[in-house]
Amino acid sequence: MQPLTAMRPRANLPRDPAPSKWKYRYQRWMLTPGVRGLIRIGGPLAIIGIVAVSWYSHDENRALVAATVAQAKATIQQRPEFMISAMQVEGASEDLAASVALVLPMSFPVSSFELDLETMRKRVEALDGVRSARVRLGDAGKLLVDITPRVPVALWRDGDLLRLIDEEGVYAGFVESRTDRIDLPLIAGDGAQDHIAEALDLFKDAKPLQERMRGLVRMGERRWDIVLDRDQRILLPADGAVGALDRVIVLQQARELLDRDVAVVDMRNPNRPTIRVNKEAAGALHRAGQTEADN
Amino acid sequence: MGDLYDSQRAMRNMRKAAMQRGVIAILDIGTSKIACLVLRFDGPETFRGADGVGSLAGQSSFRVIGAATTRSRGVKFGEVDAMQETERAIRTAVQAAQKMANVRVDHVIACLAGGRPKSYGLDGSVDIANGLVTDGDIGRVMAACDVPDYGAERDVLHAQPVNFALDHRSGMADPRGQIGNQLNCDMHMLTVDSVALQNIFFCIKRCDLELAGIASSAYASGISSLVEDEQELGAACIDLGGGSTGISVFMKKHMIYADAVRMGGDHVTSDISMGLSVPMATAERIKTFYGGIVATGMDDREMIEIGGDTGDYEHDRRTVSRAELIGIMRPRVEEILEEVRVRLDAAGFEHLPSQQIVLTGGGSQIPGLDGLASKILGQQVRLGRPLRVQGLPQAAIGPAFSSAVGLTLFAAHPQDEWWDFEIPVDNYSGRSLKRAVKWFKDNW
Repeated sequence: MQPLTAMRPRANLPRDPAPSKWKYRYQRWMLTPGVRGLIRIGGPLAIIGIVAVSWYSHDENRALVAATVAQAKATIQQRPEFMISAMQVEGASEDLAASVALVLPMSFPVSSFELDLETMRKRVEALDGVRSARVRLGDAGKLLVDITPRVPVALWRDGDLLRLIDEEGVYAGFVESRTDRIDLPLIAGDGAQDHIAEALDLFKDAKPLQERMRGLVRMGERRWDIVLDRDQRILLPADGAVGALDRVIVLQQARELLDRDVAVVDMRNPNRPTIRVNKEAAGALHRAGQTEADN
Repeated sequence: MGDLYDSQRAMRNMRKAAMQRGVIAILDIGTSKIACLVLRFDGPETFRGADGVGSLAGQSSFRVIGAATTRSRGVKFGEVDAMQETERAIRTAVQAAQKMANVRVDHVIACLAGGRPKSYGLDGSVDIANGLVTDGDIGRVMAACDVPDYGAERDVLHAQPVNFALDHRSGMADPRGQIGNQLNCDMHMLTVDSVALQNIFFCIKRCDLELAGIASSAYASGISSLVEDEQELGAACIDLGGGSTGISVFMKKHMIYADAVRMGGDHVTSDISMGLSVPMATAERIKTFYGGIVATGMDDREMIEIGGDTGDYEHDRRTVSRAELIGIMRPRVEEILEEVRVRLDAAGFEHLPSQQIVLTGGGSQIPGLDGLASKILGQQVRLGRPLRVQGLPQAAIGPAFSSAVGLTLFAAHPQDEWWDFEIPVDNYSGRSLKRAVKWFKDNW
């Protein structure tokens, strides 16, 4: 059957529609390099971010992540390469090593990730007998504690206690009696521990008197007295104590001053050294003076 | 006089900005079609110095990366007639070209076919102060040219120095650095209707584009379709467009005359439409398929179905012989060419050493046009096609695109114009003082 209307060919114009103003602007906007880059990179990133955040916002997923991370961490930390099985203390005496082991209580084996070496070092250095310490992880799963112990240079009688003191004036321990450390000089008096260097100088200077010396006493936190046996004392000035002691030693060597019946050699005033003799000696001297006057 | 060229200077700066960005669009707003080319300036010679023209006539610096054509709407005689329609057509072309180029363009160089262009020859002369011609002297001699009274409603489109003379020596292209006492300058100035220019400005602005330059379409066709020796020795380029026919005369590589006849291919089409009583679209199709200028015996026997859409069999099955069609077309083409002849005679074209005529534009594709043109315009007639530029698609290499291609060359290497030179100091200071006074008046 024929169609009633003939199919007429339309004028063969190419389709050429003009874009609307907003479509044109949109296309230009999309061709702007910054916008293109933003959409090409930012779009996928935003999708990935949204998916990740929505997954992570569930509690069980967060717990799963935390558990997985903890397990992975433990798997690495518990590897035998990282385990510490023993502690070795070096440079310390038996007693000191025992007290180090006491302040660092640890149950071996332990992972090296769980050790806080800095805190451990501070705790070791807080011990009296330790001057400095190094704590490090050695090979073969050992924790190495290198200790530099304090070297006592003097004994300080503090009331009933006999403290060991190193050259910085810091306590390095106790001794029961003087005879335990007969090699160390004895000092006493308040504030003596702050002037250890001066005391050691005096001890060194007083070598000729060493057999007779019993100790140094800090008087009035200001100056030193040297105490000898037979209750003899040498009173030294606050300034120039060594020089004053030298003069006393010279007198001892020339005139055997201290072998005589002298109670106190008072060098506090360097211009006027004074000697106090014992009572009997003073009487004898008095008598001798009278006899001479009688003659 | 300085204020006159502010918009031209602004366009030059815009062109520089576009060069920096590397992408610029060419917009040929014609009566029958609107063509948009997107150029990318990334060739090896993009950043070469300013002197001279680079290799391949300066084309190696750019590449056409997008091209689009659309049927023109709202343009008559090469002028914007319906602003909205034209704007829409420009948007269509620009959008398609952008899509092909896949890049956004912000700067456009456009050309103007209509606007009743009028040429003026100007000359000026100055004394050279210290015997050596400097850049400042060039600016001064151009400022010294006495500008004719071209009317209030007109704007200067081109003002190109074409010749310099130093004392008794003439025909210098570049007198800088030479020694002399008096410098003379000949300048070619082209003015168009302000309204036509402003309409194009406005249309392009409404499409969110910046105008980076504007040229006469006759000039653009001339630089693309005249070969170098023709430009040097003297030739006229006839751009047979849709609504207007542009004429540009070149000599010593400078345009020395331009004009436009307000008739073109669309008038031929409307003649066919009226003569055969068919719609314009059908008439256009018949013209492009069967059109001609010279009838032969064969053409009497070749019948053309002109069709129709009425439903009346007799009306819809009409035929005409090709001879009849030629009989309609030939008088109109003759009229156009006669009018061109008149304009060329008025310009004194016959005094040129070489009188080569180059026919280009879409209308030049009518078969037999060169024979008719040689009878009317003179013996040396050839059909011209635009230069081949890199990346131009096959569909856009025909003579209809000669002004678009010319604009690409114009974009790459614009001719020095008046406004490219420094304003002489005396003018400038007066102007700036005036500006300062105006600023004070406005603000206090």
